[in-house]
Amino acid sequence: MRTALFLLLLLAVAAIPGSLVPQRGVDAQALERYQIQHPTLAPILDNLGFFSVYSSPWFSSVYLLLMVSLVGCILPRTLVYYRALRARPPKAPRNLERLPESRRWETDADLDEVVAHARKVLGRGRARVDVVDTEVRAESGYLREAGNLVFHVCLVIVLVSVAAGGLLGYRGSAIVVDEGGGFSNDLTQYDEFSAGALFDTDRLPPFSLTLDDFRARFQLTGPQRGAPREFEALGRYTSRPGEPERPFDIQVNHPLNIDGTSVFIVGQGYAPVIKVTDGDGNVAFDGAVPFLPEDGTYTSTGVVKVPDAVPEQLGFQGFFLPTAISTGDDSAPISAFPGAANPNLGLFAYYGNLGLDEGDPQSVFILDKDDLTQMTDTDGAPFRINLSQGQVTDLPDGRGTVEFVGLRQFVKFQFSASPGLQVPLWATSIGVLGLILSLGIRPRRTWLRARREGTRTVVEVAGLDRVSRGDLGADIDEIVRELQDEHPVAANDGPDATSTDKSIDDQHEDARS
Amino acid sequence: MTLADYATFSNYAVASATVVIALAWLAYMAEWGFARQVRTPVRERELVTAGGGGDVDAHEADAPPELRRDLAGRMGTSFSILGTLILVAGVVARGLAAERVPWGNMYEFSCAGVAVAMTVYLGLVKTQQVQWLGGIVTGFAVIVLGLSMTVYVPAGPLVPALHSYWLVIHVAAAMIAGSAFLVGAATSVLYLVKARAERLTPNEEDRVGPIWRLPSSVAMDRLAYRVHAFAFPIWTFGALIAGPIWAQYAWGRYWGWDPKEVWAFITWVVYAGYLHARATAGWKGKAAAILALVGFATFMFNYVGVNLFVPGLHSYSK
Repeated sequence: MRTALFLLLLLAVAAIPGSLVPQRGVDAQALERYQIQHPTLAPILDNLGFFSVYSSPWFSSVYLLLMVSLVGCILPRTLVYYRALRARPPKAPRNLERLPESRRWETDADLDEVVAHARKVLGRGRARVDVVDTEVRAESGYLREAGNLVFHVCLVIVLVSVAAGGLLGYRGSAIVVDEGGGFSNDLTQYDEFSAGALFDTDRLPPFSLTLDDFRARFQLTGPQRGAPREFEALGRYTSRPGEPERPFDIQVNHPLNIDGTSVFIVGQGYAPVIKVTDGDGNVAFDGAVPFLPEDGTYTSTGVVKVPDAVPEQLGFQGFFLPTAISTGDDSAPISAFPGAANPNLGLFAYYGNLGLDEGDPQSVFILDKDDLTQMTDTDGAPFRINLSQGQVTDLPDGRGTVEFVGLRQFVKFQFSASPGLQVPLWATSIGVLGLILSLGIRPRRTWLRARREGTRTVVEVAGLDRVSRGDLGADIDEIVRELQDEHPVAANDGPDATSTDKSIDDQHEDARS
Repeated sequence: MTLADYATFSNYAVASATVVIALAWLAYMAEWGFARQVRTPVRERELVTAGGGGDVDAHEADAPPELRRDLAGRMGTSFSILGTLILVAGVVARGLAAERVPWGNMYEFSCAGVAVAMTVYLGLVKTQQVQWLGGIVTGFAVIVLGLSMTVYVPAGPLVPALHSYWLVIHVAAAMIAGSAFLVGAATSVLYLVKARAERLTPNEEDRVGPIWRLPSSVAMDRLAYRVHAFAFPIWTFGALIAGPIWAQYAWGRYWGWDPKEVWAFITWVVYAGYLHARATAGWKGKAAAILALVGFATFMFNYVGVNLFVPGLHSYSK
C-alpha cells in the first residue's frame, strides 16, 4: 500500500512537466516556437524527454511500476477475498466489553428465545449470520472489497486497452477543398499520418468522399463579433469502390463514421482559386490553393508553385485576408473579420527553379527560395501583387499574369480508427460502480452472547466497524432496544444494581440528566 | 423580458449575491470573534467560586457575548441562504439570456460553481450541522465571485466545439465534484488545526476558546472522508468518462494530454492517493489531510492557472 501510494504521487508529479512545456504529439507548432525562443534550454529538455513526457522512459517506468504494484495487489487480495467469502463470520472476542461499543443487560426471558430473536435482528441488511451455542455472529459489508477489486481490475483493463487501441489504430489528417474536392483513404492522400505499431497500412478501409459544400458561420455583431458559431461540411461518400454514394453532414461534435473510421472537422480556412499564365500566354496553373489561417480573423498564409511556367518556373508566397481593411496608405491591409466579406490576396512573386525535381519531398506550404529570384518593380522594391476577387495583374518583364478567379473553402479532416474504443469506456464505467461500492459500503461485525446466570439471562451485545463511520453506538443501541422490547430488562431491586442492568432508554435518560 | 434584460438582471444579481455572501462571511467572522469573549463553563465556575457571592453578576456579564455569538452565527447562515438564492437567480437569468446552460466560459463557470458550492454547503448545514465551515466556504465564495469579474464576458452563444449536451454533463459533474472538494478541503484545514490543538492541549480543563466549539478532530476526519468519498466517483465520471467521450466526438481522440486533461488526471491521482493514505499506517490523519489540500490545490490550479496561463484546447475562458 505504501509503495502504491508513493508511485501514485510520483505519477502525479511526473505528469506536471507535460502540461507546462509544449508536447510533440499535442501541438507541434507550439513546440517549434518554444525551441526558437529557448535555444539553449530546448535541446537539454529534449534529451530528457520533456517534449514527449507521456511516452518518455521515466514516465513509462512510473506507470509500469504502478501496474506491477496494482497487479501484485489485486492477485493476493482476490485470494484473500475468495477465502473470506467462503469463511463464516468470526467468533466473538472473549471480552466483549473491550470493543468500541458494547451493552450488557439481564432479562428474565428464556436463553433460546433471546438467541433466536437476536439471530433475526443481527441478520438484517444482508448480513451473514451464524449461531454457535449461545453466541450470534454477524458480518456485513462484503461488497466493499468486491467493489474495490472490481475497480482495480477495471483500472488495469483501461490501461491495457488504451495501449492496445493505440497499437492497433491509425490517425491522419488531410485538407479537402469544397465544391467538389475529394479524398480517398490512401496513404498518399494524407498530409499527416501516424499508425500504431500493429496496424497494417495496406488495410486502410477503401472509402472515399467528396466535399460539396462547407458552411462557416461567424458572430456578426456584439462583443463576440467574429467568434465561430457553426461549421458544417456537406458531401457524399462511398464505403468502398462500387458501393452507392451516400450523403454526409459532418459538424463539430458530430463526426461521420465509415466502417470504424471516424471523420472529424479539425480545421478550416480559405482556398482562393488562382489562375497563372506564363510569359508565352499559356495557362500554367489554375486551381484552388489552401491558405492556412494564422489567427482568429483568418489572416492566412500560403504558397503557389507553378512548375509548368516558361521560360522559368514561377512561385508566389503571401497572405489571404477574408475581410481586408486598409489601415493607412503605406501599411499592408489587415483582416477584420473571419467571414469572406472583402477577400484580398497579397503575394510576392519569384522566378527561377522551385527545386521540385531534386527528389526531396517538399511541403506545399513552404517555398524553397534557394534557386528563386524575387521579382521587383521599376524602382527596385519587391513587386507586390494585391488582388481583390476577380482582378488580374501583369507580372513584371512580361513573365505572365496572375488572376484571383474565385474563392473556395477548405476543411481539414481528421480520419482516425481506434479498435476496441468501447473497452476503456465500459471498463471505466464499471470501475466507477465498483468504486462507489468500495467507498460507500462499510463493513461491520456484530456479536451477541447470552448465558444463563441463576434465573436470569445475561445478554451482551458488541460491534466493531472495520471502517470508522460514526454511527456504531446508535446502531447497537437500536439492536438492544429492539431486543429489549421483546425480552424486557429484569427488574432489579438488589443492592448490586448497576447502570448496565437498566434498559437502554433508562441509560440514556441517566446520561441526559 | 428580452434577452438583454435577462443579461442585465443576471449581472445585478451576481453583484448583489457577492455582497450578501460577503456579509455572511463577516457575520461568521463576528461569530468567531464573539465566541472569544465567551468564557467557557469551566472558567466560569472558577470565577464564580473565586468571586464568592458575585455569581449573579458573572452570569449577567457573560450572557451578552453568548447571545451575540449565536446571533452572528445565525445571521451568517441566513445571509448565506439569501446570497445563494440571489446567485442562483443570477445564474438562471444568465442561462436565459444566452439561451443555453450558463457554464460556457470561465466567468459563468465561476458563478455557477459558487452557486453549487454554496448549495452543497447549505445542504450539509441542514443535515450535518456544519456551520463551522461557513467562514471558509463563504470567504472562498466571495474571492471566486470577485475574481470572476476580471474574466467577465457578456452573455452570448458558444463556439461550435461546445455545441454538445456533454457540456451539461461534463461541466456539471466537474462543478459538483469541485464543490465537494472545496468542502472537503475546508474540513481538512480545520481538522489539522483542531488535531494540533487537541495534541497541544491534552488537559480537558485547559481547552478554552472558540476552537473548542469545533467538532472533535475524529468527527471532522470522518466528515472529510465522506465528502471526498462522495466527490471522487463524481470526479472520475466527469473528468475521466464524460470528458473523454466528449473529446472523442469533438476532437477525434478521447485522451490527448491537453493541459486541462493532464491536471484533471493529476487531481484524480492525488485524491486517489488521499483515499489510499487514509488506510495506510503512518499516513492516516495529518498526512492524508495534507494530501486532500494538495488535491484541492491542483483542482484550483486547473481552474485558474490552466485556464488563464497555459494554452490548450480547453481555452474557453474568454
